[in-house]
Amino acid sequence: MRTLNATHVIDTVAKMCIDSNRYLPSDVRQRFAECAAREESPAAKEVFRQLTENYELAEETGLPLCQDTGLAVFFVEMGEDLRVEGMNIREAINEGVRKGYADGFLRKSACDPLTRANTKDNTPAIIHFDIVPGDRLKIAFMAKGGGSENMSRVTMLSPAQGWAGIKKFVIERVAEAGPNPCPPTVVGIGVGGTFDYAPILAKKALLRKLDDVNPDPKLAAMEDELLEALNRLGIGPMGLGGKTTCLGVKIAMSPCHIASLPLAVNIQCHSSRHQEVEI
Amino acid sequence: MAEYTLQTPLTDEAMARLKAGDVVKLTGTIYTARDAAHKRLIDLLDNAEPLPFELKGSVIYYVGPSPAPPGRPIGSAGPTTSYRMDTYAPRLHSLGCKASVGKGKRSDAVKQALKDHTAVYFGATGGAGALLSKCITAATVIAFDELGPEAIRELTVVDFPLLVINDSHGGELYVQPDRKAAGLE
Repeated sequence: MRTLNATHVIDTVAKMCIDSNRYLPSDVRQRFAECAAREESPAAKEVFRQLTENYELAEETGLPLCQDTGLAVFFVEMGEDLRVEGMNIREAINEGVRKGYADGFLRKSACDPLTRANTKDNTPAIIHFDIVPGDRLKIAFMAKGGGSENMSRVTMLSPAQGWAGIKKFVIERVAEAGPNPCPPTVVGIGVGGTFDYAPILAKKALLRKLDDVNPDPKLAAMEDELLEALNRLGIGPMGLGGKTTCLGVKIAMSPCHIASLPLAVNIQCHSSRHQEVEI
Repeated sequence: MAEYTLQTPLTDEAMARLKAGDVVKLTGTIYTARDAAHKRLIDLLDNAEPLPFELKGSVIYYVGPSPAPPGRPIGSAGPTTSYRMDTYAPRLHSLGCKASVGKGKRSDAVKQALKDHTAVYFGATGGAGALLSKCITAATVIAFDELGPEAIRELTVVDFPLLVINDSHGGELYVQPDRKAAGLE
């Protein structure tokens, strides 16, 4: 049994919160450059120019990329031969969020749903745990903004609707969202599972790199097909028109009930801030 | 598409000239307000109490900035999604507010209010909060401090980059999604 001190978890999480909000991942930067080169409209090119200047400035000044530094979402894989001592692991992650959001001058966006009173430290974090073999701790963090999250949807399709139904729902959702979620977006799609599990699949899919290829060739082909269709919508960067409505489509699938076809569409803004660390 | 340099407070004449797609560099004083602050403003109006800033000629920026690090007036400060303020905006325009700044679509009621009261809806680039912060030279909380990021702040802006999304003549810059090309129809 390996032992890990909770302070290590706290410091790691705090740094992840700060760094993710300050440094745009390299695959997103790369995709900006590729998409900007393909755009013909001056408005679309100008948006990419501003977004590029923005990530350069964030890196230079230490200001967060976006004022919406998100709710803190975690996917944690904890080895069954690992014990965190000094504090409960959930507590330690929340403590790391408190520290990171304070030290990094990040916005505290968590509030009571009805009174709207701010919790003032951006906790509680949304944490998904998984127990895995081994003695490692893998923490994936995502700073999830509210504007794009508001444009996300979950639905229970009928099995007869199949892939055609999935495609229609996703395209309709992105069309309806229009300029609201800060396009060009990344679209995470969860297919299958249950009413609660499909959105978790969708969110986890957003952790993938933009330039990776789905190891399942069928899913990879579906991702390509959807991305092409979504970009034909012509919504473009910030809704001003153009060839880039979406930067990427990521699909995760899991078996479901014989009566169901759960579908979740989780939309991520162009500022796709996430990071993974293994301790 | 024209380019304008405007100074606050904004006038009906200046707003009437603007057309969807025009680029505007805005200098002067603007006020931040998002969800919670708008609700408070409307409550004040309902109770016939004074507002924390002069609405006539004003610009309201839908933003909840990140905290100011040492040596800076404000943190990252890009626009939030505007439709959540659609319930409140027409009343503020009817009392003299000349423009709002945000991102995303507005309701028909807001577009009508822009026509009725010679006002405009500006878009700023969402997710460019560090870049836009550069154009803000001073920031002071003037009301509802307890709301934290949602407090009303008076901002001094210099050459703040804006695009006219909805003008006072019914014009709109946002494109309609091409559902047919995407295979929906």
